[in-house]
Amino acid sequence: MTETPSFPEPVISVRNLVVEFATRRGPLRAIDGVSFTIGKGEVLGVVGESGAGKSVTGSAIIGLIDAPGRIAGGEVLLHGKRIDNLPAEEMRRLRGRKIGMIFQDPLTSLDPLFRVGDQLIETIRTHSDLSASAARERAIALLAEVGIPAPERRIDGYPHEFSGGMRQRVVIALALACEPDFVIADEPTTALDVSVQAQIIALLKRLCATRGTAVMLVTHDMGVIAEAADRVAVMYAGRIAEIGPVRDVVKHPLHPYAAGLMGAIPTLSSEADRLTQIPGAMPRLTNVPPGCAFNPRCARAFDRCCIERPEPALPSAALAAREHVASGHRVACHLYTAREDAR
Amino acid sequence: MLAFIIRRMMQSAGVLLAVTLIAFVMFRFVGDPVNQMVGIDTPQAEVAKIRESLGLNDPVIVQYGRFVWKALHFEFGISYQFRQPVTKLLAERMPATLELAFTAAGFALVVGILMGVYSALRRDSVVAKVFEAVSLVGVSLPTFLIGILLIYLFAVILGWLPSNGRGQVVRIGSWWTTGFLTSSGLRSLILPAITLGLFQMTLIMRLVRAEMLEVLRTDYIKFARARGLTARAINFGHALKNTLIPVITIAGLQLGSIIAFAIITETVFNWPGMGILFLQAVQNVDIPIMAAYLVMIGLIFVVINLVVDLLYGLVDPRLRMTMRR
Repeated sequence: MTETPSFPEPVISVRNLVVEFATRRGPLRAIDGVSFTIGKGEVLGVVGESGAGKSVTGSAIIGLIDAPGRIAGGEVLLHGKRIDNLPAEEMRRLRGRKIGMIFQDPLTSLDPLFRVGDQLIETIRTHSDLSASAARERAIALLAEVGIPAPERRIDGYPHEFSGGMRQRVVIALALACEPDFVIADEPTTALDVSVQAQIIALLKRLCATRGTAVMLVTHDMGVIAEAADRVAVMYAGRIAEIGPVRDVVKHPLHPYAAGLMGAIPTLSSEADRLTQIPGAMPRLTNVPPGCAFNPRCARAFDRCCIERPEPALPSAALAAREHVASGHRVACHLYTAREDAR
Repeated sequence: MLAFIIRRMMQSAGVLLAVTLIAFVMFRFVGDPVNQMVGIDTPQAEVAKIRESLGLNDPVIVQYGRFVWKALHFEFGISYQFRQPVTKLLAERMPATLELAFTAAGFALVVGILMGVYSALRRDSVVAKVFEAVSLVGVSLPTFLIGILLIYLFAVILGWLPSNGRGQVVRIGSWWTTGFLTSSGLRSLILPAITLGLFQMTLIMRLVRAEMLEVLRTDYIKFARARGLTARAINFGHALKNTLIPVITIAGLQLGSIIAFAIITETVFNWPGMGILFLQAVQNVDIPIMAAYLVMIGLIFVVINLVVDLLYGLVDPRLRMTMRR
């Protein structure tokens, strides 16, 4: 395989992002040097345990990290232009118009006191010059597009009159109302029934594909990733452990942590009675070990892992050939760089 | 909705019936009204005649029925002190009290909400800290002390505002008098209104601040930010509206208290309202006035509660559902 040409122009680039939270005992690094790009129409799945920094990465990109958190380093670029240092008012104009965000719980994402139509119309009119009636037309069209039946009637309903799945459809309509170039979906199906999850993911994928929207899909559900993502990034303790094409990472995980994660997915075909588990727990952000953050739990750790921090890199050519590693598959692990250094 | 209102009004009628019972019992057991009306040298026959004419020899249940019947027609008998119909006495003084109470409540609501919103949004600013300190003073200082301090500062030292009375009033209709239409009336209103409203203002401010901080943490506010709405639309459209339910509850109850307990402020500022009338009635065991006052305050509370319930439905669509049922 050669370079991945399907997503040539990056919509969003994150370079060496560092997010810190000020605490009484000094700054706490929630995100420590995360880099990735997402191209037009591409879906990047981001997986990891709770506290791995998935959601904080999303909040950092859209500029909604609440104090005492702040972006302490690195940069975020939208279409090649830096946005992490924009004044608050300019950043606000980008939110909703260029960058959309979908939250985890549709039951709490909508203001209970406002009709869903009014919430849509206010979003549309905040970012465009449409008249009230034109915005209402647009809102009805959006509701129809996300699969709300009888949208011209439902537009005057209140959130509590919608089911969870329908509310998440409304949330998606809100996030996509102004046709953003990039959408952050922060665990969009976690709070939903399993039967509804697939519908919502399919809807999100279809809408973003037709619009060419770049998507960052944060989840801890590997099934969702396998279904919807083009590439996947595995996060651990605020860093990216492995990133690459989704089939590749799921089928041939390189990083011991990613391998453990994939091994913990139950499959119907598997003969094993027990799922593999990774011993121990993710370190607290207050005491991330030196070197590779995963080293205390890693069965294959060696001296270098406890001293030098591995950076995400392409595995050595010989190894890539042997393990059938696709291009663009990067891993932050000394197991795959050690030999190259020795050469 | 109509069924809800009718049901609530029937409940209100029950409450008012209980209030009239208490007022009536007070009549019966707090001293003998006839003794209050006659002198030492009134002959026994005369006393008996008065007793008969007042209907005090009828069975208790008949007397209570008569009391309720008269109350329904706003008749509470003749004041012992003034020898005038109680209703007329109250009506004369009601405009003064109501104007003072509503001005104070309006002041408390507007200033309290603004200060509450500000101190929630700019939590760490100096102004917010000052508001916090002021609110502590407002909550802990007794009303009469605040009134006296205000009089001392603005009437005695600075001489800007009158220290007592209602100023010049204008008569509207058959019995309403207003101080809103003259400059001296408005000037006279400022100090007592602040005194009466300060406690409620600080209460509302603290309530709005706490609720607002709560609401600002919710997902729908985060989502509103992620949609790029303006700070104004988020803070005053979404956040403030979501804090209103508890504010309406408290403000409603407090409006009742403001009207009922304007007594102290009226005394401090020598305000010619119902409060002073009530105090005089207590001193002179003028039971008809006390009973009428009790029933009237009961009525005001019941009406306010009904209005508050209807406002809930106006603010929160989810509560509208429960009302329909």
